[in-house]
Amino acid sequence: MHNWNDEHALQIIEDCANAGHVLTTALRQLVDCFGFVDDAAIAPLATHFLRSKAEVYGSIQYYSDFRDQKPGQHVLRICQAESCQAVGSKKITKFVTAKTGISLGDTSDDNRLTVEPVYCLGLCANGPAAELDGQPLAELDEAKINKILSGISS
Amino acid sequence: MNAQAVNRIFVPGDMLAVALGADELVAALTVEAKKRNISIEIIRNGSRGICWAETLLEVQTDAGRVAYGNVTAADVTSLFDANFLSGGDHEKTLGLTQEIPWLAKQERVIFNRCGIIDPLSLNEFIETGGFAGLGKALQMSGSQIVEQILQSGLRGRGGAGFPTGIKWQTVLDTAGAIKHIVCNADEGDSGTFSDRLIMEGDPFRLIEGMVIAGIATGAEHGVIYLRSEYLFAVKMMKEAINIALAGNWVGANIQGSGKTFDLRVFVGAGSYVCGEETALLESLEGKPGIVRSKPPLPAIEGLFGQPTVINNVITLCAVPDILAKGGDWHASLGIGRSTGTLPFQLAGNVAKGGLVELPFGSSLQKLLHDFTEGTKDGSNIRAVQVGGPLGAYLPPELFDTLTGYEEFTAIGAGIGHGGIVIYGQSTNMREQAKYAFEFCAEESCGKCTPCRIGSIRGYELLATEQIDKSLIDDLCEVMIAGSACAMGAMTPIPVQSLMRYWPEDFEDKS
Repeated sequence: MHNWNDEHALQIIEDCANAGHVLTTALRQLVDCFGFVDDAAIAPLATHFLRSKAEVYGSIQYYSDFRDQKPGQHVLRICQAESCQAVGSKKITKFVTAKTGISLGDTSDDNRLTVEPVYCLGLCANGPAAELDGQPLAELDEAKINKILSGISS
Repeated sequence: MNAQAVNRIFVPGDMLAVALGADELVAALTVEAKKRNISIEIIRNGSRGICWAETLLEVQTDAGRVAYGNVTAADVTSLFDANFLSGGDHEKTLGLTQEIPWLAKQERVIFNRCGIIDPLSLNEFIETGGFAGLGKALQMSGSQIVEQILQSGLRGRGGAGFPTGIKWQTVLDTAGAIKHIVCNADEGDSGTFSDRLIMEGDPFRLIEGMVIAGIATGAEHGVIYLRSEYLFAVKMMKEAINIALAGNWVGANIQGSGKTFDLRVFVGAGSYVCGEETALLESLEGKPGIVRSKPPLPAIEGLFGQPTVINNVITLCAVPDILAKGGDWHASLGIGRSTGTLPFQLAGNVAKGGLVELPFGSSLQKLLHDFTEGTKDGSNIRAVQVGGPLGAYLPPELFDTLTGYEEFTAIGAGIGHGGIVIYGQSTNMREQAKYAFEFCAEESCGKCTPCRIGSIRGYELLATEQIDKSLIDDLCEVMIAGSACAMGAMTPIPVQSLMRYWPEDFEDKS
């Protein structure tokens, strides 16, 4: 993931607008590149996609994929939906938040880890499920998640 | 072992198998084969849907494919020692794949080749009957195709169960220079994964269904709205579309027919309500997924105000066989007005979960008895929730209900997308009711008050020590009657079913 760069961001926005893409496609590409959408992008997004700044802001806030804060180096998303609940996802979530001191939706002080909720990864017959930096995880228990967390902190 | 012969090994590349270590398994197999100087070819197939046995490794033998279940990289040495390449005996052997009872008891139509072929091999797709339906459709007029779909009795598999043929007819009859086929692949219901499995395991089937829909209705533009959580499916569908383009099965002048259909993938951004068709259209237009009021129907004024067919993945995947075998054939499967097959998904606290495709009409009990082998934690099943977060929780007394749209409506439930989430004895039903409101509050688009505020009030009412049941019932009534879409109007379904069937969990805590 790259550090936020206004020029690079503007390039992405212009390319998307010129290609005839919609606003959210530009937001997607910004998030894929930088991990989040900086406030600095709101004005150029509004200009290029013929929306008000409020509308751009609204779109960023509406979709959970579009973060407005820089995430940690690693992003762990733990499924909170029913199927995973039925096999103890809440316990796993509590274990992670207790172990890391990060609550759902927050990033650690050293910027190493962000923990987010996710509502269903489609791994419902093998929960609890999660995803770490694009790598799916299933049949989680405390031992498994412990190993994963120590892999991140080292 | 003949070191010269190529041994074919199948290791699913699907998201679940990878979550359980399939990539590490492939690496270990490669290393070990090299060490033993044995030539192997590893095919990353889709999933067979036998989720309880993932990673399910298969080898091609003269007698057919032999399966080994729950295989990890740690098993590789012993598998080679057991001569698994010839189907040798091993503690993890499941025998011939097609004879695994869990699979043999199913009637697979839509998932007939999922997990069998290389998902991106156009040749294997065609060899197994792929594009037979499209081939026929290319010889037919739009109204002839729609006639077959009407005859088939196919209904929307996304949850609402609306007759697909009527949707198609409306779009066909609506004048418009530009029309769209939108595939709803925003499979957000917990406990459902059939869309994911088919897109990862048999992507050309979905493409075939969409092209047929395009020819039938005169739409030349297709888009798959695919949720971002399905990372692998996004990649797979994009690659499959490129291969289909190169093979002239999509794009301009398809197979010399003069028909054109372009197809793209649009990735969602994490919003459950975008699975609602009008919210999905808003999202495709680059806006927040806030529901539209109907009318106008999307079939008349849909994407960018143009006539649009919106169908679920499984609905579109059912289409090729209807064209190939005829609408009558499809109508002969199932019960009453629930025709064809439904891929059920058994999930949650389940010993043997996965995908089970059967014609409509078997009872819930049969599904649970014949396939699940009970709960994962060994307790008795306390409840099942059918049809996603907005579906009813059902107690064992109702397990004799037959799987069909009308049969489920009759007990105040919905069959939805075929997801069945199983709960064991330790489940606290009041917590589940609280969660139903919590989820609605999290995912509400905020357009209408009953959903936006009602969900929060509902959560608060259930979080207090002494709950006021009549007040909750009142709130539910308001949400049912006053919400703009199913999100708010159906959240009371799980809540009220929980209060009805497990009143003991809602007694005062004091």
